Amino acid sequence: MKDMAVTSDLLVDISQLQTRYARCIDADRIEEWPDFFTEDGFYSVTTAENRRAGLEAGLIWLDGIGMIRDRVTALRDANIYERHSYRHVLGQPYVLGESDGGDIEVETSFFVVRITRDGETDVFASGCYHDALRRVDGDLKLSKRIAVCDSSHIDTLLGLPL
Amino acid sequence: MKDVATGQNPLDGWEGGVNRVPYWVFSDEDVFRAEQQKLFRGKSWNYLCLEAEIPNPGDYVATFVGTTPVIVVRDFDGQIYSFENRCAHRGSLLALDDRGTTRDFTCVYHAWRHTLQGDLVGVAFEEGMYGTGGMAEGFCKSDHGPRKLRVAELYGLVFGSFDEDIDDIEEYLGDEITGRVKRVLDGRDCVVLGRFTQILPNNWKLYVENTKDSYHASILHLFFTTFELNKLSMKGGILVSPDGGSHVSYSAVDREAEQSKAYQEQQLRSQSDYQLADESLLENFKEFDDDITLQILSAFPNFVLQQIQNCIAVRQILPKGPDKTELKWTYVGFADDTDQQRRVRLKQSNLVGPAGYVSMEDGCIGGFVQRGIAGAEDKEAILEMGGTDFGNSGNRITEGSIRGFWSAYRERMET
Repeated sequence: MKDMAVTSDLLVDISQLQTRYARCIDADRIEEWPDFFTEDGFYSVTTAENRRAGLEAGLIWLDGIGMIRDRVTALRDANIYERHSYRHVLGQPYVLGESDGGDIEVETSFFVVRITRDGETDVFASGCYHDALRRVDGDLKLSKRIAVCDSSHIDTLLGLPL
Repeated sequence: MKDVATGQNPLDGWEGGVNRVPYWVFSDEDVFRAEQQKLFRGKSWNYLCLEAEIPNPGDYVATFVGTTPVIVVRDFDGQIYSFENRCAHRGSLLALDDRGTTRDFTCVYHAWRHTLQGDLVGVAFEEGMYGTGGMAEGFCKSDHGPRKLRVAELYGLVFGSFDEDIDDIEEYLGDEITGRVKRVLDGRDCVVLGRFTQILPNNWKLYVENTKDSYHASILHLFFTTFELNKLSMKGGILVSPDGGSHVSYSAVDREAEQSKAYQEQQLRSQSDYQLADESLLENFKEFDDDITLQILSAFPNFVLQQIQNCIAVRQILPKGPDKTELKWTYVGFADDTDQQRRVRLKQSNLVGPAGYVSMEDGCIGGFVQRGIAGAEDKEAILEMGGTDFGNSGNRITEGSIRGFWSAYRERMET
């Protein structure tokens, strides 16, 4: 990874991407969620403990846009779970630099509460997105997003993506 | 009715057979307490960890037997030992990390030191200071220490029991189920791919029932059925251990079953034309000598070994309260996996765990029951699919292995 110039314009672009992503999920528009990724995009959810130990498996482990789209189809058409929604609260994105492949490496903290059908609001997850961003036709997309949860515990189930 | 203090058995009031389960067993505080004593600390083998997690002397894992904290550790003699994670002195935890490597277990409170076999060998200021003080006369370290467990190793799995006189684990599981553990793990070095903990909002026995319930699998879980991982019309069956407590449910590829009209006629919700955009999720490699694509194995009371295609995982069920359970998933690969095989396992791990396409529903269904039975403590569940007894079956539309669990459960709880 090499250093890169972090301009205000770049930061605004990244912030807008992160916020649009959170809005998409929180507003229950997950059909649009795959559009945040590149064709070869990778998405996983893991925990800090697994990441520290160098363990590769994820709670969710999606390699490529097809698998990412399938997650949405499964949630909408196959899986059974009680209705719930999230509210993402995001920290400021921190630009680490540019990867050898030219992607922008960014870390952003997240805090997610889950609102369940019976009206309870609970802290569901906190953690950090470890992202690689790439411009596709001028727009920033995620070529990689690893959502690393601080806690090793998942309450009941992880349905909607983080 | 179920008061331990009065000497009455907590299951008094369960009049019928194992084909009817009173709902109070899932919520009663006295039942929960009695389970800890009679079942988890009694005649049972509890899963502790994988041998591969403690390969070297001093490597340890801190886990639980029921709600009792225990340490499982490899000593310098190469053997695995297990004992309570409780200082001989005033009861503090000895190990404060979930896993690690150490030369001994020295309590942080007063530095009482225990060997890797759980023997108390060091008491700080035992002889006092400047010739005064020290432990009372007659205190003998070897008279004190955390309780030790008997340890059994089975094809890379480590189990522990507080009952010295319990049957050997092979006998406890029976030949058939032992053979099915062997089928998955024999002669292979496990590699941990990931660990995740799922908090279930329900009694631990509701999750155990779910893992043994071959009847629900292709009805609740659309993913299984549609992709022919687990149709009831596939070849398969269940095996139940002699005491009923442990089981295997399995299914194998049967192309003739594809022609089966049984499913369409039932008009079940799980029959659909659901398609994957990326079918590589279900690309598997030939790993076993047979055609079995799914094998769910449970060992009484709290262990599951799962093979779903090439996705191998162990699950440890830990009760935390009458309506709270921790389910600990460990995803497993093997040392001789190729990169490609490892990737297949990582992809297929999307099927299982707290976010799994197949197991997601199992995370919430126990909670649906727990909430559904509130106020219905005097009512009972019906377990009569496939009859009223338990035993092997060539048909997976049965609740036989659940009835087996209750038989083994009552045998221990009612004595």
